[in-house]
Amino acid sequence: MSSRHGQLIALCIVTICLAALPAVMRDVYLLNVLILTLMYAALSQSWNILGGYCGQISLGHALYFGCGAYVTSILFTKFGVSPWFGAIGGGCIAAVLALGLGYPCFRLAGHYFSIATIVIAEIGLLLVHNWDAVGAAQGIQWPISRDSWWTLQFARNKAPYVHVVLGLFVITWLATYWIENSRWGYWWRAVKDNSEAAESLGVDVFRSKMAAAALSAFFTAIGGGFYAAFVGYIDPESVMTFRFSLLFALPAVLGGIGTLWGPLVGAAVLIPMTEITRSYMGGSGNGVDLIIYGTLIMIIALAKPEGVLSLFQRHAKPAATA
Amino acid sequence: MTAQAFFQVLASGLLMGLLYALIAVGLSLIFGLMDVVNFAHGEFLMIAMYAAFGLWGIGGIDPVLLMPAVTAILFAVGVAAYLGVVRFAMRAKTNIGMVQIFATFGLAILIQGLSQYFFSPDYRSIPASWLGGRTISVGGVFLPLPQVFGGFVSILAFAGLYVLMNRTDFGKALEATREDQGAVALVGIDRNKVFALGWGLGAALVGLAGSVLAIFYYIHPQVGGPFALVAYVVVALGGFGSVFGALAAGLIVGVVEAFAATIMPPAMKSISVYLLYLGVVFIRPSGLFGRL
Repeated sequence: MSSRHGQLIALCIVTICLAALPAVMRDVYLLNVLILTLMYAALSQSWNILGGYCGQISLGHALYFGCGAYVTSILFTKFGVSPWFGAIGGGCIAAVLALGLGYPCFRLAGHYFSIATIVIAEIGLLLVHNWDAVGAAQGIQWPISRDSWWTLQFARNKAPYVHVVLGLFVITWLATYWIENSRWGYWWRAVKDNSEAAESLGVDVFRSKMAAAALSAFFTAIGGGFYAAFVGYIDPESVMTFRFSLLFALPAVLGGIGTLWGPLVGAAVLIPMTEITRSYMGGSGNGVDLIIYGTLIMIIALAKPEGVLSLFQRHAKPAATA
Repeated sequence: MTAQAFFQVLASGLLMGLLYALIAVGLSLIFGLMDVVNFAHGEFLMIAMYAAFGLWGIGGIDPVLLMPAVTAILFAVGVAAYLGVVRFAMRAKTNIGMVQIFATFGLAILIQGLSQYFFSPDYRSIPASWLGGRTISVGGVFLPLPQVFGGFVSILAFAGLYVLMNRTDFGKALEATREDQGAVALVGIDRNKVFALGWGLGAALVGLAGSVLAIFYYIHPQVGGPFALVAYVVVALGGFGSVFGALAAGLIVGVVEAFAATIMPPAMKSISVYLLYLGVVFIRPSGLFGRL
């Protein structure tokens, strides 16, 4: 119990520190990196619900991210709906989509499941790419409007975005925290470890996977809605490609898959590294950024299969079990 | 659709399918051997295409004659990838699946970066070669010569693979290691060596495909991605680990894609292949010829 409370206290401390950061860090570039880091932490936390806790390795979450980004953008540009509601609407649609897709897909196991998720996301990408009503290849441009919390548009001062995305991260963290000790959490981990054994003990494996998929898709789409409001322009390539699906899984894997803090730790290592190598070494297009990025992913995956988080947990573990 | 048009589409679909099968079979072989999905498979194809391009540029030798050299280079690349990366990924005690995915994915990005560094992101092509740009006519059906050649290479490669796997000691060692990784050590088979050679063989096969593809396709650092996706679909459709399932699935994918291109916009023809995959695995969850 005390360790559970400790987690909450840790979250409070981390949140306060991150929320205060924009007050001392005024550089637009650094704020941008911070916003992206927190966004990928939240998205990876969402992916972790299905991939990490329930063990269903989806490599097609770009579909839900795109769903959130597109629903939010269309509702805002065509109907003037605030992105706050747009993102939640996109989240609900993504959750329904996940249930509809999960129904046939959760019969599949292992690589057959992962490849099905890739293929479905690619179909979504191609459809949106050729769908004129949603802007097809041109995408959707958000109109330039004055700074406002209602429209979530801040042209000059990027600090509000830090607070919004931090809020999203905290919500996904709290959802995961609550799940860990709920009946669903135990069911999911049972499904992950051995779904046949879980089934024989009365766990409804299919419904467990469906619930995890819906929740995971909901939060992923809300992240997509935030991203659309933040960058103000989306097209199929900038929100729905396979690269994004990997980028949602990667922080959780690097930080520690199926753990509460893994996604944040992974994102804090990966995203600044990606952004910094890209802006300082990728400008000339000579590929040095990719060389560094690829090498680091390989080294981390090989050197720390349990994730970066395990570096800190060696000492914490005995205390937690006591 | 006239009968002639039908046969035209069928023939070009089958030829592309043979090439898809040749690209995919290395992936399937490696998976069957050690349960690893190589996420750098598309990059192996890209290396082969650049190797053909580079050697052609240096020596002016026709790509057809370069095939043995390119295949040998890729064999070395496969062995190096196993010894340098995958061997360590197999040692992971937790999350072994994810470690393999991301170790090979990191390798893929590294290879893309290296190719951009050495060859720039520009699109390249081999403009003049013996086969490039020529067609032959068989009973009124026009077929591009590079694809016909590629089809022959693919058929020969599958025949060779059949002999290798069924008639040689190496084939038996491969089959034995695939059956029981632990027990082979008892009969004196060095598992590590078999894995390394398996990776070499898998990469050499995609090298063969790449050296044919280089004759008629643009070469750039991202060229591997779309082909890799088709290869994953082919391998899964045929059933993971089934070498001849990959051949059958490759042909089916090639034909379905060719016919789809006649009824839907070219940019969307891949959807037909993806739907085919989903349709098959929803009915048969381990692919057409998978053993599960």
